[in-house]
Amino acid sequence: METQVNFFQQALAFVQQPWPWWVAGPLIAYVMFSLLYYGKGFGISTNFKTVCCMLGSCKVSDFFCFNWKDQIWNLMFIAGVVIGGFIASHYLTPDMAVNISPQTVSDLQEIGIANPGASYLPEEIFGAENVWSLRSLVFLLGGGFLVGFGTRYANGCTSGHAISGLSNLQWWSLVAVAGFFIGGLAMTHFILPYLISL
Amino acid sequence: MKYVRFLIMGVLFGIVLSKGEIISWYRIQEMFRFQSFHMYGVIGSAVVFGILTIQFIKRTGLKDYHGNPISVATQEPGYARNLIGGTIFGLGWAITGACPGPLFILVGHQGWVFILAILGAVAGTFTYGLLQRYLMH
Repeated sequence: METQVNFFQQALAFVQQPWPWWVAGPLIAYVMFSLLYYGKGFGISTNFKTVCCMLGSCKVSDFFCFNWKDQIWNLMFIAGVVIGGFIASHYLTPDMAVNISPQTVSDLQEIGIANPGASYLPEEIFGAENVWSLRSLVFLLGGGFLVGFGTRYANGCTSGHAISGLSNLQWWSLVAVAGFFIGGLAMTHFILPYLISL
Repeated sequence: MKYVRFLIMGVLFGIVLSKGEIISWYRIQEMFRFQSFHMYGVIGSAVVFGILTIQFIKRTGLKDYHGNPISVATQEPGYARNLIGGTIFGLGWAITGACPGPLFILVGHQGWVFILAILGAVAGTFTYGLLQRYLMH
């Protein structure tokens, strides 16, 4: 009996370590395959459009006129995603420190982040106690707005373009991913320092 | 009940992206500064396995669960929409440190704060729907 408990603890401790890229990447491909096998396409940003449709946006734009019930599977998927995030943070990650590169730590300290890598996110921006500041609202509402607008304009996000599209050797997905990096590099290197100093 | 399998896939996806630290704002910063291989390894290995998977599906004519041929959606053509839309998304990705999947995962991880980011994304999607006809595609 005691050895069984010991085995379980060891297995849990093994899973509780950070997972290397070569575990996470192939498992993402596996999720894409599972969805294809059940006749669905991997596309998370579509759920924002579905929510608009459910809220009655069809009245103001034909873009939102479709049968949202065809997307119930995708809403269930993201419900699972939220649950997965909860399970991982509450039961599978005793140590929230992220082992980022020392160079990233010093670069971020220079633009005003206090403890880069101490947890998953900078608490001064994303912590619940700081959320009603101008800076946090710009990061959450403003950043979210750009994500929603851009993914719909490009008709896909990382799951649809970078994973599914590139896996299917789609030229237009490569163009979209180039755009993701143009925007991400411009924000990181030219604009983000100003947003952090808000 | 037929939707339960999608819920379970979502749970797996949420755990994988959490434990792989893909939902970490710091990992996204590290990626856009080219200071670690981690994110490139995650996306790169997902794409390599994805290419092998899709080639396998196409060459064997694998049928899906319902017995239909598996078709992988093709993307909308157009330089303007993919490049400009992609760039706008990239700007947002570097601010929130999260693409749409991680935004939902972070609700489970960090709590209600990230519901604000999702509301922002829904507002952005709605605005695109309003402006669509005026935008270059």
